[in-house]
Amino acid sequence: MKISSEDVLKVAALANLELTDGEVETYRGQLDDILTYIDKLNEIDTSLVEPMAQVVAGPADDSALREDVVARCDVIIEVLGGAPNPEAPYFRVPRVIEK
Amino acid sequence: MSAPAKWTIPEVRSALDARKISARELVDEFYARIKRRNSELNIYLALSPERAYAQADKIDASIAAGDALPTLAGVPLAVKDVISTHGIPTTCGSRILEGYKPPYDATAVTRLERAGAIILGKTNCDEFAMGSSNENSAYGPVRNPVATDRVPGGSSGGSAAAIAADLATIALGTDTGGSIRQPGSFCGVPALNPSYGRVSRYGLIAYASSLDRIGPFAHTVRDVATVMSVIAGRDPSDATSAAAHVPDYGAGINHRLEGLRIGIPDDYFAEGIDPQVRQKVEAGIRLLQKHGCERVSIRMPNTDYAIAAYYIIATAEASSNLARYDGVRFGPRVEGATLIEMYQKTRGRGFGPEVKQRIILGTYVLSAGYYDAYYLKGQKVRSLIAKDFREAFEQVDAIVTPTSPVPPFRLGERTSNPLQMYLADIYTVTGSLAGVPGISVPCGKTSEGLPVGLQIYGPAFREDRVMNIAHIFEKAGGANL
Repeated sequence: MKISSEDVLKVAALANLELTDGEVETYRGQLDDILTYIDKLNEIDTSLVEPMAQVVAGPADDSALREDVVARCDVIIEVLGGAPNPEAPYFRVPRVIEK
Repeated sequence: MSAPAKWTIPEVRSALDARKISARELVDEFYARIKRRNSELNIYLALSPERAYAQADKIDASIAAGDALPTLAGVPLAVKDVISTHGIPTTCGSRILEGYKPPYDATAVTRLERAGAIILGKTNCDEFAMGSSNENSAYGPVRNPVATDRVPGGSSGGSAAAIAADLATIALGTDTGGSIRQPGSFCGVPALNPSYGRVSRYGLIAYASSLDRIGPFAHTVRDVATVMSVIAGRDPSDATSAAAHVPDYGAGINHRLEGLRIGIPDDYFAEGIDPQVRQKVEAGIRLLQKHGCERVSIRMPNTDYAIAAYYIIATAEASSNLARYDGVRFGPRVEGATLIEMYQKTRGRGFGPEVKQRIILGTYVLSAGYYDAYYLKGQKVRSLIAKDFREAFEQVDAIVTPTSPVPPFRLGERTSNPLQMYLADIYTVTGSLAGVPGISVPCGKTSEGLPVGLQIYGPAFREDRVMNIAHIFEKAGGANL
């Protein structure tokens, strides 16, 4: 067994996920299977291999870079319209600072 | 008027040109079809009649005024629900985005609409594009129009099925590990995953950013090429979109295939392939040989490691991308006593089982102490898989494989074992990792009448070549092998 219920709970806390007891057991089993399968990567020696950091090297220009120009973006009302419980022009969340 | 067998792009155009139908009547016709079929097939999650009729009226006014019509004038379009559409609900097949209406359009959508296409609505998919059967949608699975007891494939199952059921002329999907090509194969329609960077992803709701791509489904390879000519190319709003020249894809599809060297990876025909799929794909390869292609045996020695590398990289990136769904800015919120508790409850209840499983796996492989063993290792193996493709393309012009090792399976048949479902993505995941373009084109049917797909890979930015081969294959009767 590569992964315990405690491991699942620890990772779920990092990912801000509330899980039921049943989910913890289900995911523990599934992750165990997948991580065991992933172990097959240890069959290959990659000590001399560079990790792939860029997928497709584009033409040798720097077109991805551009001037940083301020542009208008009038979407506040629309964006807040999709937010739960907003108070324009803010999003609202439970209190994080004590009085 | 009598409707054509399939409303392809040229059929739409000639009907409009001959005034046999108006764009508005065409929209009526498609919404009537959708109304008849959608409760059974579950293809569309949202319809956008206001926007569709407004666009149709614009096209009809152009026709009345005798103006020159743009390339896709009046062409009914379906858009996968992970692609943003201004004011039209976009849920990614998830409860966590229920009711969300994006404040802007994806660039691919903007370009298609500017070319005259009419957006009918949004198509069902696996939640956040995570799945190979469409059974991970929070809004229920799509049924395969070819055989309704079967899955349509995934994750872009709704877009593929929309074409197969003739509920759209063209459709946009997205592909991270096979999510355009495999549903194209399962539903018996051509489906292209372009090179990484070929089509702007501005407005695509991210799953795994180093793998995600947008691409088209259509009735014919010619129509796929027409859509590509509209959506391909550099977009200042997407820094990962490539500046590489966009050729005239429509002009390129008719070249003869004499002398083209097609590589057949022996490693892809090893274990796990359904005998009928193998037989059809072998027949497909012979058809290409008849049209002048030279068959070359090649080796892709790192294929066996692709799925493991893929699930590390894709889930790691997903765990980061999906951190933004926390109940603060969009989607439903589940209240909690503290901010953290609100995040945890919102995410715990908003995400479905497969998404949660992948977030946990991705968080695990990125967590302290495991990064080198998993994520870094995965990125190194990815380099080796890209090298397999690079070396193959030194010997051959294209690589031909099955799209999926199995024909479409029954709903519910494979849901109990995620790993088994992942392993069936082997032929598509390799090309996803390498960044190369791949098309799936119909290649006969099994004895039960289930579609088989032939996949053609080309070097990066050579979608012109893969569409050329696919078009000749299709014209030669590949679908009826």
